[in-house]
Amino acid sequence: MSPRVVFPNKVLPYVLLAPQLIIVAIFFYWPASQALYQSVLREDPFGLRTTFVGLRNFERVLADPNYINAVQNTAVFSVAVAFLAMAIALLLAVMADKIIKGKGFYRTMLIWPYAIAPAIAGMVWLFMFNPAMGTFAYMLRSSGYAWDPLLKGDQAMWLVIAAAAWKQISYNFLFFVAGLQAIPKTLIEAAAIDGAGETKRFWTIVFPLLAPTTFFLLVINTTYAFFDTFGIIHAVTGGGPGRATETLVYKVYHDGFVNLILGDSAAQSVILMVIVIALTAIQFRYVEKKVHYG
Amino acid sequence: MATVELNNVRKVYGGKVEAVKGVSISIPDGEMCVLVGPSGCGKSTLLRMIAGLESISDGTISIGGGVVNDKGPVERDIAMVFQNYALYPHMSVYDNMAYGLKNRGMAKDEIEKRVKSAAATLGLADFLQRRPRELSGGQRQRVAMGRAIVRSPKAFLFDEPLSNLDAKLRGQMRVEIKSLQRRLGVTSVYVTHDQVEAMTLADTLVVMNGGLAEQIDTPMAIYEKPASTFVAGFIGSPAMNLLTATVADGGLVLAGDGGTVKPRDTVLPEVGREVLLGIRPEHMKVTDSRNTADLTLKVTAVEILGADVLAHGQSVDATQTGGEIIARLPGGTRVEVGDTLPFAIDPGMTHLFDAATGKRI
Ligand SMILES: Nc1ncnc2c1ncn2[C@@H]1O[C@H](COP(=O)(O)OP(=O)(O)OP(=O)(O)O)[C@@H](O)[C@H]1O
Ligand SMILES: [Mg+2]
Repeated sequence: MSPRVVFPNKVLPYVLLAPQLIIVAIFFYWPASQALYQSVLREDPFGLRTTFVGLRNFERVLADPNYINAVQNTAVFSVAVAFLAMAIALLLAVMADKIIKGKGFYRTMLIWPYAIAPAIAGMVWLFMFNPAMGTFAYMLRSSGYAWDPLLKGDQAMWLVIAAAAWKQISYNFLFFVAGLQAIPKTLIEAAAIDGAGETKRFWTIVFPLLAPTTFFLLVINTTYAFFDTFGIIHAVTGGGPGRATETLVYKVYHDGFVNLILGDSAAQSVILMVIVIALTAIQFRYVEKKVHYG
Repeated sequence: MATVELNNVRKVYGGKVEAVKGVSISIPDGEMCVLVGPSGCGKSTLLRMIAGLESISDGTISIGGGVVNDKGPVERDIAMVFQNYALYPHMSVYDNMAYGLKNRGMAKDEIEKRVKSAAATLGLADFLQRRPRELSGGQRQRVAMGRAIVRSPKAFLFDEPLSNLDAKLRGQMRVEIKSLQRRLGVTSVYVTHDQVEAMTLADTLVVMNGGLAEQIDTPMAIYEKPASTFVAGFIGSPAMNLLTATVADGGLVLAGDGGTVKPRDTVLPEVGREVLLGIRPEHMKVTDSRNTADLTLKVTAVEILGADVLAHGQSVDATQTGGEIIARLPGGTRVEVGDTLPFAIDPGMTHLFDAATGKRI
């Protein structure tokens, strides 16, 4: 049993917790409750009249083909971003683990992208792949590939996926490196003596032992792909072309702050919240069971 | 099953640290060779070179007749038991033992047969579905052993396999390892810095010091005729007493005015030579009179161990320093600090070493 601290004063513990609680209340519960409240109201475009409409905002949102499109986009986008960001980071971490000379330098270089703001990262990718002036766009086209993300939706999708994954690789890399270091070297040696080649060792020993790290990153990356990629999408494609890269969080922004349909936007953000809560719960409920801690 | 031959093996780490400086050992088929020595003397390095986990800087290692320098651990067909056991934490005991067999493509029922039989031998039959973390230290140690024996490898390599166990369990496992190794008849190399393990397990004992093998022989031969003061001090507990002396006519004059000792049945070298006189604590017997005494001690400390009593003392004649001398007396002997005890040294039980080189004369 962990020892419990007993405070003689009943109020003191709450006072000590207050800063945290206040921050969470102001920046999370208050906006969330506002969203909930807004989602059952209908406001005219000038904000002069507000009427209670019950669940009708939700009905409209869910019947909207554009919304279904955004759900599909989000699914593709999130799975691709989480998978790519984690797979590439793991590959890099495994390779970094083998380097003997210049290990620190290599790691530092790989961590840098994390310090770049999402919008800037988006701009970098936008410029690199801009059909008019991007270096990579030029290379793609000269190798015979019809590259034009401004017109082709699937290409635009790949571009935002690449940018969003790239941004997250550093973070994942850091955790995978730490996870790999926590695996005792003698286990790898024992497996080598037991006749497992390098690939086999990775899949039967290293990867299972990394599971706690991988699971943690899965939750983090999913949340990242759902919410934190807004800046990148905004900078690179603005949801286009023709809503091809409009994800749920982007649509919330677009309907609320561009189209000024606050009721719909609020209803969408409530649905988004529910989806993320459900996803995280599922991950903890089912995936964590397969994770071996120590 | 195979012989293991080390021929002038060297290991240099990163072009600077010479961890092993040329060691040659020949281990006959089915025998157990124990490497013993102080921390950092290169025991693990040597073992890891035999395992193929560390490259060999110079010299050759052969297992079963063929040189294995360029072969990986798998091709060498050895099994290793690590100090921390290195069990796969995410696998059951069964899978831990079966892993090496699966990797070698053995049939499922053959794997099951082997694992079950190894588990029965080691008393692990009831734990096969458990994870390593659900086992006690001793049980984990057995799983590590099991993982080695299911494979029937050419050689077993042990790197301080018992050092994480408590004293009682260590004693028990020591006996089990010995009888298991005898029964299976697998050539083994065993690294330890515990001299009881070294003495009891070894067919051949290798005492290492600073990357070199100081002496290679049977444990008893090393105990009886240590080749150097280092070996003399390392094998035997408490360590052998070493007294600085000069050879005189018919006796040894102890340094620091420590009087003269006349060891019987000892061939003395030429007069005037500086030597170290070695006497094991267990070879000093209390006598009745000072006339028959080889050495007289003034007792400075007493340790009662139950079966024995250790008397620490200084030669009464010594006016200057002179090293401390320890005598092992039968349990129940009444000794007090401050007593003066006359000792006779068992005939033929003295050791003479050159003072300059530390080598046996
Ligand atoms: N990877 C390495 N790089 C450089 N030096 C090393 C390396 N491994 C070991 N050494 C050095 O080689 C020497 C021998 O080490 P080794 O591990 O073989 O000692 P040991 O006899 O097993 O000691 P212990 O009883 O403490 O386990 C030590 O001086 C150690 O510092
Ligand atoms: Mg060691």
